Amino acid sequence: MATNKNDDNRPAANGKDFKVVGRPFRKVDARSKCTGQTKFADDIVLPRMLYAKLLRADEPHARILRIDTSKAEALPGVYAVITGQDLPDSYGILPVSQDEHALCIDKVRFVGDPVAAVAAVDEDTAFEAINLIEVEYERLQTITSIEEAVMVEEPRVQDYGDGGNVHKKVHLEFGDLEEGFREADLVREDVFFYEGNTHLPLEQHASVAHFDPDRKLTLWTSTQTPHYVHRALAKTLSLPAAHIRVIATPNGGGFGGKSDPFNHEVAVCKLSMVTGRPVKITLTREEVFYCHRGRHPVLMKSRIGVRKDGSITALDFQSFLDGGAYGSYGVASTFYTGALQTVTYEVPRYRFRGLRAFTNKPPCGPKRGHGTPQPRFGLEVQLDKIADQLGLDPAEMRLKHLVAPDSVTANYLRIGSMGLGKCIEKVVAGSDWKNKYRKLPFGRGVGLACSSYICGAGLPIYWNNMPHSGVQLGLDRQGGVRVQCGSTDIGQGSDSVLAYVVAEVLGIDPFDIRVLTADTDLTPVDLGSYSSRVTLMTGNAAIQAAERARELLSLAVAEKLSVPIENLAFAERRVFDVENPDVGVTFAEAVVLAESKFGTIGTVGSYTPPRSPGKFKGAGVGPSPAYSYSAAVAEVDVDAETGIVTVERIWIGHDIGQSINPMLVMGQVEGGVYMGLGEALMEEMIYRANRNAVHKFPSMLEYKSPTTLEMCDVVTYLIEDADPNGPFGAKEVGQGPLLPVMPAVANAVYDAVGVRVDEVPITPEKVLAALRAKAQGREARFGPKDVPRVDWPAPLKVLTPAEGGDGREMPGVAVHSRD
Amino acid sequence: MMRLPKFSYLVPRSVGDAVKMRGDAGASGQYVAGGTDLYPNMKRRQQTPQTVIAVGRLKELRRVEGDGASGLVVGAGVSLTELCEHPVVQRDYPALARAARLISTPTLRNMGTLGGNLLLDTRCNYYDQNYEWRRGINFCLKKDGDTCWVAPGSSKCWAVQSSDLVPWMVATGARLRLVSTVGDRMVTAAGFYNDDGIDYLHKRPEELLTEIHLPPNGGRRSVYRKLRRRGAFDFPVLGVAASIEVADDETVLDAKVVLGGIAPAPLEVREAAQALVGAPLDAERIAQAAEACYVRARPLDNTDHLMNWRKQMTRPFVTRALAELQAGMRPQG
Repeated sequence: MATNKNDDNRPAANGKDFKVVGRPFRKVDARSKCTGQTKFADDIVLPRMLYAKLLRADEPHARILRIDTSKAEALPGVYAVITGQDLPDSYGILPVSQDEHALCIDKVRFVGDPVAAVAAVDEDTAFEAINLIEVEYERLQTITSIEEAVMVEEPRVQDYGDGGNVHKKVHLEFGDLEEGFREADLVREDVFFYEGNTHLPLEQHASVAHFDPDRKLTLWTSTQTPHYVHRALAKTLSLPAAHIRVIATPNGGGFGGKSDPFNHEVAVCKLSMVTGRPVKITLTREEVFYCHRGRHPVLMKSRIGVRKDGSITALDFQSFLDGGAYGSYGVASTFYTGALQTVTYEVPRYRFRGLRAFTNKPPCGPKRGHGTPQPRFGLEVQLDKIADQLGLDPAEMRLKHLVAPDSVTANYLRIGSMGLGKCIEKVVAGSDWKNKYRKLPFGRGVGLACSSYICGAGLPIYWNNMPHSGVQLGLDRQGGVRVQCGSTDIGQGSDSVLAYVVAEVLGIDPFDIRVLTADTDLTPVDLGSYSSRVTLMTGNAAIQAAERARELLSLAVAEKLSVPIENLAFAERRVFDVENPDVGVTFAEAVVLAESKFGTIGTVGSYTPPRSPGKFKGAGVGPSPAYSYSAAVAEVDVDAETGIVTVERIWIGHDIGQSINPMLVMGQVEGGVYMGLGEALMEEMIYRANRNAVHKFPSMLEYKSPTTLEMCDVVTYLIEDADPNGPFGAKEVGQGPLLPVMPAVANAVYDAVGVRVDEVPITPEKVLAALRAKAQGREARFGPKDVPRVDWPAPLKVLTPAEGGDGREMPGVAVHSRD
Repeated sequence: MMRLPKFSYLVPRSVGDAVKMRGDAGASGQYVAGGTDLYPNMKRRQQTPQTVIAVGRLKELRRVEGDGASGLVVGAGVSLTELCEHPVVQRDYPALARAARLISTPTLRNMGTLGGNLLLDTRCNYYDQNYEWRRGINFCLKKDGDTCWVAPGSSKCWAVQSSDLVPWMVATGARLRLVSTVGDRMVTAAGFYNDDGIDYLHKRPEELLTEIHLPPNGGRRSVYRKLRRRGAFDFPVLGVAASIEVADDETVLDAKVVLGGIAPAPLEVREAAQALVGAPLDAERIAQAAEACYVRARPLDNTDHLMNWRKQMTRPFVTRALAELQAGMRPQG
């Protein structure tokens, strides 16, 4: 069902009407944002505050022979200069990749790697001081590509991993692949490349640290993951975690780029400890490019077997990731390039081989869609080719072979609700697909693609058995409600979602609620704003906390009114008897009754995802409480003389389960389409391998991202089919809707001018090159030819559920690669 | 990008004051009008003047006088927005208004001036970078270094002429007035630009550009087309300006085709003009002119987009620009 937002009250799963959920309330912080009064990290000014700058390497790969800071220290106005020796302990977001130091100790690994930090009376002085620091380097050979990393064993960018400059190799096999290919009527092999790109948040990262006279450290910082920053600080600063408080300030955009603990966060804390003064750092735009952690460049080879009706019999997928100089989330990214191929269409047998390389470039990590846009691009373009080859309509072909709801995939992902079919039907009807596909004049075309994304990772980043999200609720006798949660609002509206959910359960107005979030001293842990986990996980935790509070209030009110407890309803700031609505008390009176009966009213709620059926090593990436689904049709205009592609319109259907706030959902869908257009058409994180591996152009002018003029019209359809694991049935929307955009555009280009660009971005140069190749009778295609040959480890084999597997590695058949 | 370095900011009351201040400031002085070019360059430490003389608000530089019949004199301090919206410019020099509207963004056009655009620093992917980045490649020929990374081994700087208005000014025969303490002089736009990314203007540093003189437009038609990645912000990676003068029977009497965004100076393609003169515009002559431009265009790898593609784009862009002129010649309706 597509939503009709004119419905005022739609029934919830429990048969009751929603009062808050599903309605387009404004965000709880909308007014301060719109009037410029939100305090971002860079807006914080403390008395006696110093300003910090980092000296960054201008060599891409070199040993540090000597650092002389004496001239910088002697500069008037400089309060402290620190180097790697002052922060000897390593950190990193994943326990398996503790490979970062706040300041490089013995070598630098990319242009932009920090080697020293200065705190001075003002930013100009700090800038002058870093330029007085002398660093003597011994140059090392530079590794700048996947192919080079696979070929060159020494020197190594990092001294760990799966040998040479290979960070990680993965080989997983689910079911008898050869049998699958034997069943196929058509086997295709295609090679794709997805260029790296970055998040480009408008807010540059900033942090303020204050080590106070009582030896407690507070860090205000623009981060999506205050809990992980907290852990990294405790590790690197040798302070008890209990003495460190991390406050995530409102983020001016994150998109995954503020999900790692960063050099500048650790350095600014150390500088405050050294000087005893508050210290602030605000990164320049160039430095934000150097922090990166964005989309991995991925080279892919997909071998797929299909029957004549387009049903997949086997899929054998290889991915090669250019990881940059550090681990970051890279091991997870690698698994993600192989995890979600199976959750859209039936893939009965599946093999995945993945390799992540270390190169002398800023580290890649999670960007909106984390590791899934690249394989999704490959798979959806490949399916378009298959439909073309088999003479099938790509929409019909996909609709016939959808993964069933409430099923388990070959790689042991448990699917709950599955609304992809409805998404496809909506965009096919809305775009007039049947009358356009292969029917538009030369130069115009339509393309279709689908996708899916997780609603939160099933496992935490570091192994523990604790909840992924916690909520504390405090009710005061004036009727005020305070929600505390470690979740971090990065603009997606997570603070608002907490208020809406609690307001729904307690029958009060969301704007009556005080939301306190992302403060490690004041709020229970939430793991952070990544993996599209927040609405689902904090939403469920908030429902639990609010229902517990409601229970206490109900007991007290039932007793006072002598009404059976099951008759009580909470709505419009009242608690009343549903059979006799005049009999009731105000919400504030209800709190007074409860506080009189039980003492101070506070409740907690928490959420832990269900266990995944997969038990093999590597099964940790992919499982989720629920999966969102999206389908998109893009209509494009291709200028065959220039190769310039203009995306005119995108129709997108998104299976949201249940909108908590449809306005915010639509905003995320449109934002995802916008970001996807940038990846599809122009964005590239590229480096000059022959010029010291410098970033080609770290600026917002020359890193080309679409303006409003390049943004296409977007027609959005929300599919609401409540998922049992979602709060009120809700699923994610922050990342999923980006995913179908790139392949939809690529498929539309083919429909328009008959050439395949098997790469993103789809630049005019590539389109024109493919058109010329076609005109000269060569393959009408632009894209990579092949992938490097590597020695893969023996596969970790798992029988599929259909083969009677139990989700464990088959005994005695395989030795898994080292972790 | 860092913040601005420290500098003295002088606000003269007249052109006379301005040129005197500039003379007094010597080598460390610089004029500024809108600041949309100079200030980012200062933040990147490409230019670090000690004294900045702000001429943008001088009334003498903000006049627009005349019309298409007599010729138009536009003050160098007229903002790009004012230029786009000026009724006489829109009526008598519509291609100029359209070219100006293609520059950057509305907010930058509000600040940027006509004079500033004509004096725009040449641009290059190895030059328009912050100090630390440039240090990472050991700087470049144009600033602080001794190698042109675009063409190593070249003793010449290949930074690119990146103004959208310059090719049009050259194509239409505009003249520029330069004032200094020793007097003033008129120069042609065609003779004002030098094919060297460092020494890109035939202008003494202390001279102030005060006026732009557009010739009468009788019988002339002009056009400007811009190639860039996006519909806003971006500098041209190819600009095509063309101007023709036609007889009553549509015979082309005179033509100029000028390419911008591909070399340190605007490139006038005389072979293209020759192909057009002597008969009415037609597809064949337009194709010959486009081919001539294609042959002459030799962009290097120092802007957005691949250089080979930029070269290839001269054909369709020149063709489309001239086709627009051809369409413009036909009787209305």
